[in-house]
Amino acid sequence: MSFARSAIASTRAVVARSGKRGFTSSSSRKSESLFVHRDTDYNNPSIKFQFTPENLKRANEIISRYPTQYKKGACMPLLDLGQRQNKGWTSISVMNEVARLLDMPKMRVYEVATFYTMYNREPVAPNFIQLCTTTPCQLGGCGSTKILETIESKLGIHAGQSTKDGKFTLIEVECLGACSNAPMMQIGDEYYEDLTPETTVKILDALAKGEKPQPGPQTGRQTSENSAGLTALTSKPYGPGEFCSPEFQ
Amino acid sequence: MLRRIAQKNVSRVAGPSHARLLSTTVPRQADITLTIDGKEVSVPQGTALIQACEKAGAAVPRFCYHDRLAIAGNCRMCLVEVERSPKPVASCAMPAMPGSKVFTNTPLVHKAREGVMEFLLANHPLDCPICDQGGECDLQDQSMRYGSDRTRFHEITGKRAVENKDLGPIVKTSMNRCIQCTRCVRFANDVAGVEDLGTTGRGNDLQIGMYIEKTMDSEMSGNIIDLCPVGALTSKPYAFQARPWELKKTESVDVLDAVGSNIRVDSRGVQVMRVQPKINDEINEEWISDKTRYAYDGLKYQRLTTPLVREGSKFVPASWETAMETIRHGYLNSGARGDEIKAVAGALADTETLVALKDLVNRLGSENTTLDSKLGDLPPAQSVDIRSNYLFNTGIENVEEADAILLIGTNPRHEAATINSRFRKQFLHKGTEFAVIGEKFDSTFEYDHVGTSAKDVEAFLTGKADKGFAKIFKNAKKPLVVVGSAVTETKDGAAVLKAVSKYVSDNAGKFLTPEWTGFSVLQRAASRAAAYDIGFTPSTSASSAKPKFVFLLNADDVDPSSIPEDAFVVYQGHHGDHGAQFADVCLPAAAYTEKSATWINTEGRSQLGRTAVPPPGASREDWKIIRALSEVIGNPLPYDDPLTLRQRMFDISPTLVRYDAIEKPSPEITKVGLQSLSSAKSSSSSASTTPFKKPISDFYRTDPISRASVTMADCSKAFTKKQYTIETVDDRTAQASYA
Repeated sequence: MSFARSAIASTRAVVARSGKRGFTSSSSRKSESLFVHRDTDYNNPSIKFQFTPENLKRANEIISRYPTQYKKGACMPLLDLGQRQNKGWTSISVMNEVARLLDMPKMRVYEVATFYTMYNREPVAPNFIQLCTTTPCQLGGCGSTKILETIESKLGIHAGQSTKDGKFTLIEVECLGACSNAPMMQIGDEYYEDLTPETTVKILDALAKGEKPQPGPQTGRQTSENSAGLTALTSKPYGPGEFCSPEFQ
Repeated sequence: MLRRIAQKNVSRVAGPSHARLLSTTVPRQADITLTIDGKEVSVPQGTALIQACEKAGAAVPRFCYHDRLAIAGNCRMCLVEVERSPKPVASCAMPAMPGSKVFTNTPLVHKAREGVMEFLLANHPLDCPICDQGGECDLQDQSMRYGSDRTRFHEITGKRAVENKDLGPIVKTSMNRCIQCTRCVRFANDVAGVEDLGTTGRGNDLQIGMYIEKTMDSEMSGNIIDLCPVGALTSKPYAFQARPWELKKTESVDVLDAVGSNIRVDSRGVQVMRVQPKINDEINEEWISDKTRYAYDGLKYQRLTTPLVREGSKFVPASWETAMETIRHGYLNSGARGDEIKAVAGALADTETLVALKDLVNRLGSENTTLDSKLGDLPPAQSVDIRSNYLFNTGIENVEEADAILLIGTNPRHEAATINSRFRKQFLHKGTEFAVIGEKFDSTFEYDHVGTSAKDVEAFLTGKADKGFAKIFKNAKKPLVVVGSAVTETKDGAAVLKAVSKYVSDNAGKFLTPEWTGFSVLQRAASRAAAYDIGFTPSTSASSAKPKFVFLLNADDVDPSSIPEDAFVVYQGHHGDHGAQFADVCLPAAAYTEKSATWINTEGRSQLGRTAVPPPGASREDWKIIRALSEVIGNPLPYDDPLTLRQRMFDISPTLVRYDAIEKPSPEITKVGLQSLSSAKSSSSSASTTPFKKPISDFYRTDPISRASVTMADCSKAFTKKQYTIETVDDRTAQASYA
């Protein structure tokens, strides 16, 4: 009885408190990047950008996938191509060149490039670390917070910064879709999964030396199979005709 | 590309068709019937639900929806309840469905609106007291009507902050107030044709801007200020000048180009505070150009406020009596007889005054009534006996039906900005093809450049039409030739008109039908159509006379060499501009906002401008000055009030006083007019290869009013000369961040 009463009382207290709503305690979300362009010495429209002949060929191939009147459908793949050619970031000149190739108003390209977070509008280092810190990665394995701390202390930078030697850039990103191998990070185009602080340091050391560590799970898992060993389909799969009548064997 | 997509979507966009003629009506969609708030309405299929609600008399609040722009559906303010729909639906983006039952006044709808309003206000600064939109703000009005009466917002870290953009000397931005309705973006892209404005970022960070720092270089940019439902885009020249409830609103007509855009002059006391567009679907729809909107501050500067009499090398203020007596003496002493009396009319002369002046000059025995345009001293290239020879016969709203348009020696963007916006609309939605003969210009539609001179006009019209635009033009069902007014002011004018009229007459089956007139002349001066209507042109014999007495009526583009040194010159006008420099006597008159006068626009439509403010100082209404002068000279005109004067105008041509209507010449009359053009004497009509010149090199400074305007000078510097330094707006007008 007394327990029930106290439970009701505490519920009331919660209700009463929630009437005031903890709005004031929420932090305002600040934007990470600027959504206007400022001319700088490394990023301004007077810096020429042109696709290399092989990339131009590739660009034309991409454009040919779309009906001519919907050429602008090729905007995103072309921006990606430009970003790859331009050392991993999309400068204003890249956007202008894409707009020129696709006969689009420049602003339409700027809109696309600012909408999608994977177009980097500021220069990034060759080893562009995107660490996933979304909930599954935060909870899975040792947790992404630990990985973040490891990288930050190892490289001496915070998320959103580049190292002084210009080798690494670190950012936090949202889910990259490898939740079963949490925690994970993407470096360049490769996924490094099932991270622990130790393997993370190893990967960073290897990258600093210019080597390319083996991508994928760092625990010896092949993909995302059960790390404790298979619990089903453990026997050898039977071959064709096995268990059939003799005439069919 | 936008154009192709828009073309595909056009069938979905519903709207009233303005086409009134049998062969031009768009296929009418079947009507559907639905019930709104228990009231049955029938609307054409494909109509947006919000329009159906309007029709049923149910007011639906909205921010992003605008009936002249594409549908965005992003403000969510127009939510209504539809029976058997699980959620409230955005009525602007939802087509009306037959038999559906819609409710706009239920608790669900109220709650939805209140919720949307709360989200919109969550990031909207509470700076209404210092916001220029206050009093005419959709957000303010609708939050009072539909919003919650209290806030639940206690965010100590404040609201979203967005940096301000510097769009140029006209539009002032305060981007914190923006609710991202994207009306300005849609206007800039679709109507104004400057595809520089857009949205950058996403989600909470979404902001309106150009991404790079630049100005919004458009002659129509002022319209985004009207479109903005909040105070994010306000007017720089009007900033902190007045509140809407202090202003007296006078509906009038614009005279800074020949389109005759309908305007509303907002005045306080004796001062014009701003000029706003007035909706007229047949002329300017809902838009006006920046010159129309912002040249008003020129009405304050350089004004003639008292009669001036020249004494030696300077002007001395005088009383009206002295000035009139001086003119009488000057007239008598000059010994001017017959055609030696010359009257020159400028672009801003109203019809009443033109009539009075012509009557006076005729009574004194002269036929020497001329215009201040190039070759205005000579009889015009086109015979002005027939109206269709100098008017925009097609009609402004009908140009939207044309499927191939040939522009000869004209830049509609500068000569008739609101007509140009219709061209843009056609280009986007109907795929109309354009070609230009003449100087190239920065246009808002794509065109083929098929030549530069009168010779090229002849070649194009007589050549083989086997490819390119020539073929399109030949096969067009409703082709349109637009001859610029500047062409008729060159020596080649007659030749061009001859070639065009011959071509049009030969293809009369397509160009001149009861439904369609495909031959138009685009005037650029507000008074020109009226001047031609009343025959304010010299006879051949009169034009060769050497004038001894010259009366300049608003004539500021007059060629100095046409005024002999020893002639006695009277200038009547409202600004001390070019024309006044030649004068022996200056008579101060009223500007267009200060008089009630008739204006004939380029399509021949007669409209009445109305008095918004009194004329400054001792200046008087124009026609009254002429009337007074006639009395002093001893040949009084027979009208004493506007009514009898308009009766006289009716006697000259009834079209002059049939207000707000177009009296269109019939195809037969038009044909006769074209014949007179095509049979012009061959001596004067041999086409040369001299390229046509654009008559307007600086859109923002074309007449005494805009030349006196500070805003127009700023615009000219920023957009014509491209010498605008973008300021970091936040530094200059640092405002508190509103927590």
